[in-house]
Amino acid sequence: MATPSLPVEASATITEDRAQDIIVFEDVALAFEDNAVLKGISFRLPRGESKALFGVAGSGKSLILKMALGLVRPDSGHIYTLGEDVTQMREEDLFELRRKVGIVFQESALFDSLTVRDNVAFRLMEEGVSEDEIERRVREALRFVELEHTVDMFPSELSGGMRRRVAIARAIITQPETLLYDSPTGGLDPVTSTTIVELIIKQRDVYKTSSLLVTHRLQDAFMMATHCFDAKTNHMQPVPPGGRVEVPMTFLILREGEVIFDGELHDLVTTKDEYIREYIS
Amino acid sequence: MAAGDFLSGIQLISPSEFAKKKIQSLQDYSILAAQSVANLFRHPRYWADMIQQMDLIGFGSLPIVLASVFFTGAALALNSATTLSRFGATTVIGQLVSIGIVRELGPVLAGLVVAGRNSSGMASELGSMIVTEQIDAMRALGTDPLKKLVTPRVVATVVMLFFLTILGDFMGLLGGSVVASILLGMDAHEYWSNAWQTLVFSDVFMGLMKPLVFGYIVATVGCYYGLSTKGGTQGVGRSTTEAVVAAMILIIVVDVFVTRFLMVILGS
Repeated sequence: MATPSLPVEASATITEDRAQDIIVFEDVALAFEDNAVLKGISFRLPRGESKALFGVAGSGKSLILKMALGLVRPDSGHIYTLGEDVTQMREEDLFELRRKVGIVFQESALFDSLTVRDNVAFRLMEEGVSEDEIERRVREALRFVELEHTVDMFPSELSGGMRRRVAIARAIITQPETLLYDSPTGGLDPVTSTTIVELIIKQRDVYKTSSLLVTHRLQDAFMMATHCFDAKTNHMQPVPPGGRVEVPMTFLILREGEVIFDGELHDLVTTKDEYIREYIS
Repeated sequence: MAAGDFLSGIQLISPSEFAKKKIQSLQDYSILAAQSVANLFRHPRYWADMIQQMDLIGFGSLPIVLASVFFTGAALALNSATTLSRFGATTVIGQLVSIGIVRELGPVLAGLVVAGRNSSGMASELGSMIVTEQIDAMRALGTDPLKKLVTPRVVATVVMLFFLTILGDFMGLLGGSVVASILLGMDAHEYWSNAWQTLVFSDVFMGLMKPLVFGYIVATVGCYYGLSTKGGTQGVGRSTTEAVVAAMILIIVVDVFVTRFLMVILGS
C-alpha cells in the first residue's frame, strides 16, 4: 500500500517540488460547525498525471476540487494550484488562475438560460475573443464531444449524458493546463458512463492534460488506468499487456477525512488494507 | 402529542448566536451592496447585461407601476374631495394630489411594486443558480458573479425605477384628473394648472431622489437573498419571500429617513 496521510518529511518534499506539481494539498483541514470533513489531508498531483479520488458519500471529495480552485477556503493548511497558494489569494486574483483550470461539475452546472453555444463559449466571450474565433472553437469543442448538432439547443433540451458532454466541452475549450472532474458519470446509465469515460480518456491522451477525477465508480478509474485512446478508430482501446497509459494514473482514497491510500493501480489491487480491499471488491 | 415531544422538535438558538448571525448577514449585505457600486469603476463592465436587465426590470414593470399609481391618484382625489368639500375647497384637489403623488406616493408605490416584482425575481433566479452550482461554475470559469450578475441588476433597477417613477407620477396625476373631471365635475384645465403650479423644486427633487435609493434597495436586497440561498428548492422559495418582505419593509422605513434628510438638505 502506498502512503497514508503524508508524514512531516513527505510534506517537506512536497514544498520543494510543488513548482513541478499542478495541485498540492498540504495538511488541509475543513470543518462545518462541529463536523470535521477533512482532517489535515496532503497529496500532490504532478504535472502530466491523472488522479482518481474515491471515498464514501460526504467524505469531502467534491470539496477537494472546489478548494483546489479556491471556491471553498480551508480552515487550515495550504493548497497550491499551478504553483499559486490559493488559500492566500484574493478572490479578484483567483479569477485569473481559474481561467487556466477546467472543471466539470457533478450536475454539469450549465447556465440554463444560455444556449449550448453560449455555455461552451462563455469563457471566450468573457475574454473578448472575436465572434468568428468563438464560432470556430465552439464547433471544435462540440465536435470533440460529438455534440455539434446541439449548438443552438438549451440545456433543458438535453439528456443528462449530453449535458455532461457539453460541460466537458465548456471545460476544455480554452485547453486548460488541468481538468477537474466531479463525478462526471454520477447518475448515468452504464452505456452513457462509458461514453463519458471514453471522452475523458480521449481528452487526456489527445491534449496530455493532468486531471483530478472524483468518482464513486471504481470501474471508471480502472478503465482510465487500463485504456488509451486510439485516434484511428476514434475509440478507446485496452493497453496491451505490459504496456502503460501515456498519462500516468494514480488513485487516492479518503476515509473519515483522511487520506488512507495514495498510489498506483498495482499498489491498490495488491493492498492488504481490509477497508480498501472491501471498498474495491 | 405531549408538550415535551413538541418542544424537543424545536431547535433553540442562543441569543449570542442569533445576534452573531444577524451581524454576519448585515456585514455580508453591506459588502455586496458596496461592491455592486465599486464594480462600476472596475473592468470588465457588462453593458449588454445592463441593457437586458433594464428591459426586464423597466419595461416589464411598466404596466403594473402605471396602473397602481394611476388608481392611487384617483383614490387620493376621491378621498380628498370628500374632506375638502366640507370646507368648499375642492378646487385644491389638484394641489393635494400633485404634492402627495410627486413627493411621496409615486416613488414609494413604484418602489414597492418593483420590489414585489423584481426583488423576488432576482432572489429566485440567483437562488436557483446557487443551488444548481451555476454560480460556482461562473466563478470557476473566471467570472465574478458580483460584476456579471449583481452590478447590472443594481444599475438597471436604479435607472429604470427613476424613469418609472416619473411616468408613474404623471399617471397618478392623470388618475386624479379623471376623478376630478368626471366624478367631481371640475374643470380639467384648472386641475392641471393647480397641480402644476403647486410643485416647487424641493418637491420634484425629493420625488426623484427617492427612487434612486429605493432602486438600490430593491436590487441589492434581491441579489443578497438570492446569493445567500441555502437548502435546495425550498431554500429558493424562502429566499424569494424574505427578499420581497425585506425590500418592502426597508423601502417604507428608509422613506422616512430619506424624507427627513432631504427636508433638512432642502430647508423645507
